[in-house]
Amino acid sequence: MALVLNEEQVMLRDAAAGFLAESAGVAQLRALRDDASERGFSDEVWQQIAEMGWAGIAIPEAFGGLGYGYAGLGLVLEQVGRNLSPSPLQSTVLVAATAISELGTDAQKENLLPEIAAGTLLASLALQEGNHHAPENIAMTAQASDTGYTLNGSKTLVLDAGAAQQFVVIARTAGNPGDQQGLSAFLVPADAEGVTVERRSMVDSLNSGSVHFNQVAVDADALMGEAGAALSGLSRTLDIANIGLASELLGLSSAAFEKTVTYLTERKQFGRVIGSFQGLQHRAAELYAELELARSIVLQALQAIDADSDKLPVLASAAKAKLCEVAQRATNEGIQMHGGVGMTDEFDIGFYIKRARVAQHTFGDYNYHLDRYALLNGF
Amino acid sequence: MSDLEQFRQDTRSWLEANCPASMRTPVRGFEDFYVGGRNPEIDHPDQKVWCDRMAERGWTVPHWPKEYGGGGLDKDELKILRQEMAAIGARRPLDSFGISMLGPALLEFGNEEQKKEHLPPICRGEIRWCQGYSEPNAGSDLASLATRADDHGDHYIINGQKIWTSYADKADWIFCLVRTDNSGSKHEGISFVLFDMEQAGVTVKPIKLISGSSPFCETFFDDVRAEKKNLVGDEGNGWTIAKYLLTHEREMISGFGTAAGVSLGEKAAVEFGQDTAGRMANPILRQNIAQYQLDTQAFGATLARIADETKAGQGLGAASSIFKYYGTELNKRRNELNLSVFGESGLGWEGEAYDDGQISRDWLRSKGNSIEGGTSEVQLNVIAKRVLGLPDA
Repeated sequence: MALVLNEEQVMLRDAAAGFLAESAGVAQLRALRDDASERGFSDEVWQQIAEMGWAGIAIPEAFGGLGYGYAGLGLVLEQVGRNLSPSPLQSTVLVAATAISELGTDAQKENLLPEIAAGTLLASLALQEGNHHAPENIAMTAQASDTGYTLNGSKTLVLDAGAAQQFVVIARTAGNPGDQQGLSAFLVPADAEGVTVERRSMVDSLNSGSVHFNQVAVDADALMGEAGAALSGLSRTLDIANIGLASELLGLSSAAFEKTVTYLTERKQFGRVIGSFQGLQHRAAELYAELELARSIVLQALQAIDADSDKLPVLASAAKAKLCEVAQRATNEGIQMHGGVGMTDEFDIGFYIKRARVAQHTFGDYNYHLDRYALLNGF
Repeated sequence: MSDLEQFRQDTRSWLEANCPASMRTPVRGFEDFYVGGRNPEIDHPDQKVWCDRMAERGWTVPHWPKEYGGGGLDKDELKILRQEMAAIGARRPLDSFGISMLGPALLEFGNEEQKKEHLPPICRGEIRWCQGYSEPNAGSDLASLATRADDHGDHYIINGQKIWTSYADKADWIFCLVRTDNSGSKHEGISFVLFDMEQAGVTVKPIKLISGSSPFCETFFDDVRAEKKNLVGDEGNGWTIAKYLLTHEREMISGFGTAAGVSLGEKAAVEFGQDTAGRMANPILRQNIAQYQLDTQAFGATLARIADETKAGQGLGAASSIFKYYGTELNKRRNELNLSVFGESGLGWEGEAYDDGQISRDWLRSKGNSIEGGTSEVQLNVIAKRVLGLPDA
């Protein structure tokens, strides 16, 4: 497949760029933070996003979506990254809808995907335990009971934890932490008895939190797919999620870089704009080159999802690792080149570095994915 | 049957009948490239046979117009020819600066007479060209070149010195930047002329590099003659052509970094051993190799993306300015990692045990990649100013 955007995709990108800059930019994120918003995003903006169809952008038309594929969702997420737009696009559309598609039964897909596409259902993946992404180390248990399963355990970094109505929960029906087998996925309503949501305040000011499951009883039909065999569908879900986050980081890094270059052409010291100094010019030019590489690997990875390529795992880790590296550099250079004002809350660049680190960490950071990339390449 | 399908069948049977078996074996090194010229270097007699047969059909340069010795193939036909050649492992019949550099410049800037005179011998591999650009005091600051061309009516008399002239000792003709006027700014008064190297007053001295090879020369001109009919473009307009050609050269050099083969990581895993999970034993080297490999993959994707964008009519984007810089820096990284992976066996210089120092000589040669054709620092200046719009100091 050619590594270019078609006309339909260019229109989608431009529409997303216009809407998000206007209605869900850094100013809105700042206001939500300052108001200590419980939900972390604006419901009104979310309704508008849903009306434009973006909640169902990667969901097949048979389930009420637009069927634009992940290449389409990636373009929207890139604009989300550029504007730091707070919305359930990551938690619900990128991750939970994908998990339901990859792991769910036909009945579960028919029930839930049209609701997600319509923007009426918010859902989130409850995966991580402890401080680091390590899916095979999951300890949370799901014990078989007479009517279904009983869940016990705690999850962290659950995106939009406070707003989600459904959780896709990964727990162990067999084996011990470290075992690849024995992982199962369950659909658990947020209002089920024994579920406690703990809103946490992270540096990116988005709405993630911890979810505790204490003797939560679910019916047998809450199980997604086959018991103990969730790893493969989960892996594919995480590959797609990481490519989506890489798209977001691409937009975020590009915007941080552009803001920085603009600042270099405005700020004067020693009687001239600081962008005329070669020491800064070369660092900016190197960063530009890295951003071009980042754009290419993200596009290739997005296309690999839609093409059902067997290179998906290696491309997912390549894209996430590369974008972690580039986002870290773009935001660090952004602060440094802004000088003192880059350290102030008043300037937007600080919002970019904060969101970058959380997005980098989510579902595996640079170290995790470079290690996986090497393993998948045979060393 | 469609015309293209017919073309494919004809091409396949012609190649089958005409490509010598020895020219269907993989290229091992530079000696397997055929460059042609008045006194061609011939490693295998079939090289010339293959080149002559292909040249007769215009297929040494299949996309150039027929009237200048090319094949006149359109995009689809060219693709088919390449596919059919690849299918039998046929080597390219001819590689030369005439094809990769002078030809495109003449097609763009030359007059009809110049195209008719110089392009067909390039296609037939009869004349080998070299490029006279850099001078001892005009490297990164190429436009300050001083080699002088004095007007003598129907010809110029040229005096001065060039340096880093690739294969000048083997070339028949030179395309050369000379100064025809000193009165304006340094970018004005430069002209692009062609002349025969086989004449009194031309002296060529190969330069021995740290790698032991001598691909470059010092070239001296002492009252050397160039006919005015071989002035390409207008007098004083040579800088435009020079810049055009530099773009070609930089694209060529940037390709050095994408050399494939067994991955460095897999080779290193064998060399150092692996744990049960499959991780190679030295975690520091492993990380360095993984970073290199990831960047190489992303760079390859970028070359493909820009090519696709160009094909889709979106124009050669600003991104192409990174090719030369990034490709050569990657190649240097790869060569340094090679030394780490091969250890002692990568530090040999001569002898069979060391493959005559292939690894160390390639490593040393790679240092020049980020200097020749515009240093990395000059490339970064170009990106900063032309792409990012940052002002001059």
